[in-house]
Amino acid sequence: MLRLVLKRLAVALPSLVGVVIVTFLLTRALPGDPAAYFAGPAATREAIDEIRSKLGLDQPLPAQFLRYVADLARGDFGISLTTGQPVATEIRTRLPASAELTLLGLMVSMSIAVPLGILAATRPGSIVDHTCRVVATTGVSLPVFFLGLILVYIFYYLLGLAPAPLGRLDIYYSSPPQVTGFYLIDAAIAGDGEVFRASFKQLVLPALTLGIFSLAPIARMTRASMLAVLASDFVRTARANGLTPFTVIITYAFRNAMLPVVTTLGMVFSFLLGANVLVEKVFAWPGIGSYAVEALIASDFAPVQGFVLTMAVMYVSLNLAIDILYGLIDPRVRIEA
Amino acid sequence: MSEVATGAGDAAPASGLTATLRHARYIIGENPVTGFAFSLFTLIVIMAALGPLVAPYDPLASNTSVALKPPSAAHWFGTDQLGRDVLSRVIVATRLDFTIAVCSVALVFLMGGLAGVAAGFFGGWTDRIVSRVADTIMAFPLFVLAMGIVAALGNTVTNIVIATAIVNFPLYARVARAEANVRREAGFVQAARLSGNGEYRILLGHILPNIMPIMIVQMSLTMGYAILNAAGLSFIGLGVRPPTPEWGIMVAEGSAFMVSGEWWIAFFPGAALMVAVFCFNLLGDGLRDIVDPQRRT
Repeated sequence: MLRLVLKRLAVALPSLVGVVIVTFLLTRALPGDPAAYFAGPAATREAIDEIRSKLGLDQPLPAQFLRYVADLARGDFGISLTTGQPVATEIRTRLPASAELTLLGLMVSMSIAVPLGILAATRPGSIVDHTCRVVATTGVSLPVFFLGLILVYIFYYLLGLAPAPLGRLDIYYSSPPQVTGFYLIDAAIAGDGEVFRASFKQLVLPALTLGIFSLAPIARMTRASMLAVLASDFVRTARANGLTPFTVIITYAFRNAMLPVVTTLGMVFSFLLGANVLVEKVFAWPGIGSYAVEALIASDFAPVQGFVLTMAVMYVSLNLAIDILYGLIDPRVRIEA
Repeated sequence: MSEVATGAGDAAPASGLTATLRHARYIIGENPVTGFAFSLFTLIVIMAALGPLVAPYDPLASNTSVALKPPSAAHWFGTDQLGRDVLSRVIVATRLDFTIAVCSVALVFLMGGLAGVAAGFFGGWTDRIVSRVADTIMAFPLFVLAMGIVAALGNTVTNIVIATAIVNFPLYARVARAEANVRREAGFVQAARLSGNGEYRILLGHILPNIMPIMIVQMSLTMGYAILNAAGLSFIGLGVRPPTPEWGIMVAEGSAFMVSGEWWIAFFPGAALMVAVFCFNLLGDGLRDIVDPQRRT
């Protein structure tokens, strides 16, 4: 098992190096003179020169890159031009909001997509099967921001069931004492039922939006891999030995069918993290996505760069975690390693 | 037919055309869903081509006396906060969205397709470099990388096209690489080599035409993603500037009115976007079923 982890780490490391190189190159690709850009529009010639040597822009590119890596290693993502705050602190305080939303979205989509895929595979050609196919095709065609707005219109404006799409908590409540940064967990720890309910209400629509959006690939994959497993010899043997359909499907087939689904999760996370940005904009969610969007509009590059880097590092780590999880589920992978 | 094909020079293109038409009819007849998607695609192309000519109103003309009117006989899709006709704006926006998608798909076909074919055919260092570049791009959540690229290169429509092309690069490079790799020692390649063709000539004249059907399916499948990506970027305020009609930015403009009940401003451009993506996905699936029946899901 340890060898598997080390081997996967060795695969993830070049990705991380590539990510750092790309984000570095993106900074250097900024239009115009980065020094003049970081100095702001009202800067004098001397101020720009001073900033240039301060940023190390007068040095050769490899030296600049080393400096950049050293800054990153110290957790220094630069200073935001518009707020004057260090980017790293801002991202750290906003990250839990995004993480809570994304994870809940994933839970929603898993809890709908996996049963749907299994039902579709056990009854090919039935209504459930057709529903699954329609859902899968519609899911990939839906613009996620449009889906979010439709849900807001139905559940907030028409039915009045959901609160206004304005952030993590209604202004009447104060946020629970910070432990994990996840409002649901923090409120539960503080034993504050009212705040828990209030933040849950705010979470439902954005999490549902993300869930519906990422449902398609999971449902499709579950269905396809269940179909393949159900057609295999060991399932036939299990059936022939008189096991109940439930045991055959859940204990025998499902566990084997989950392997390709776990692999698809990597792609699902790529979708989710990207869609997160759009959903945060629709629901005025104070996460790192809306932070990056605000910075983008103000042409403030440091936060965008910090955001892209954080997302990429998270994505690489998630893929690493999925690979290791795969090894835990499937002993064959461990032996190969 | 016989009157047309009097000269030998005319006969060849005419029979080529009928063959193409017969093949197209076969594709459409094979699967009614593909036929539906194809007619939808034709509609989108007509809208993109004619755009301003078929739009009932000027998409930029504001008229505050009819602001925020719900759909009616005069304004089928209603009017926005400035009294602009939503239907006209949705129609005129087709051209911009379609152009962005087509350009980015064409660009990524040139970059990713050629790089992938070369990687699969030559192997060695070409392969290592192309695969490494593709892996690095795949290490980012794609939409996030697109945001970063547009932020770095500058906030313009051209850069949206470039960013969409770059994030799709790995898909094209991988498909092209795998397909070229299978064919590198095929009989027709060895025959071409024996008759004295250079490696680049074999690559461009023999391998590339052979993998074109698969690449075209790939283009059709990623076209929907390209439109979604571009509309997402303009929804968060990148690329397209406000008065310009474009689906993503129209949804963004209408989003503030969704909470007060004026649903039509965001709904119709969003629905147009959805229908377009749906159409490209169905078309791609249909084409894939015909070109490569084994991957049918």
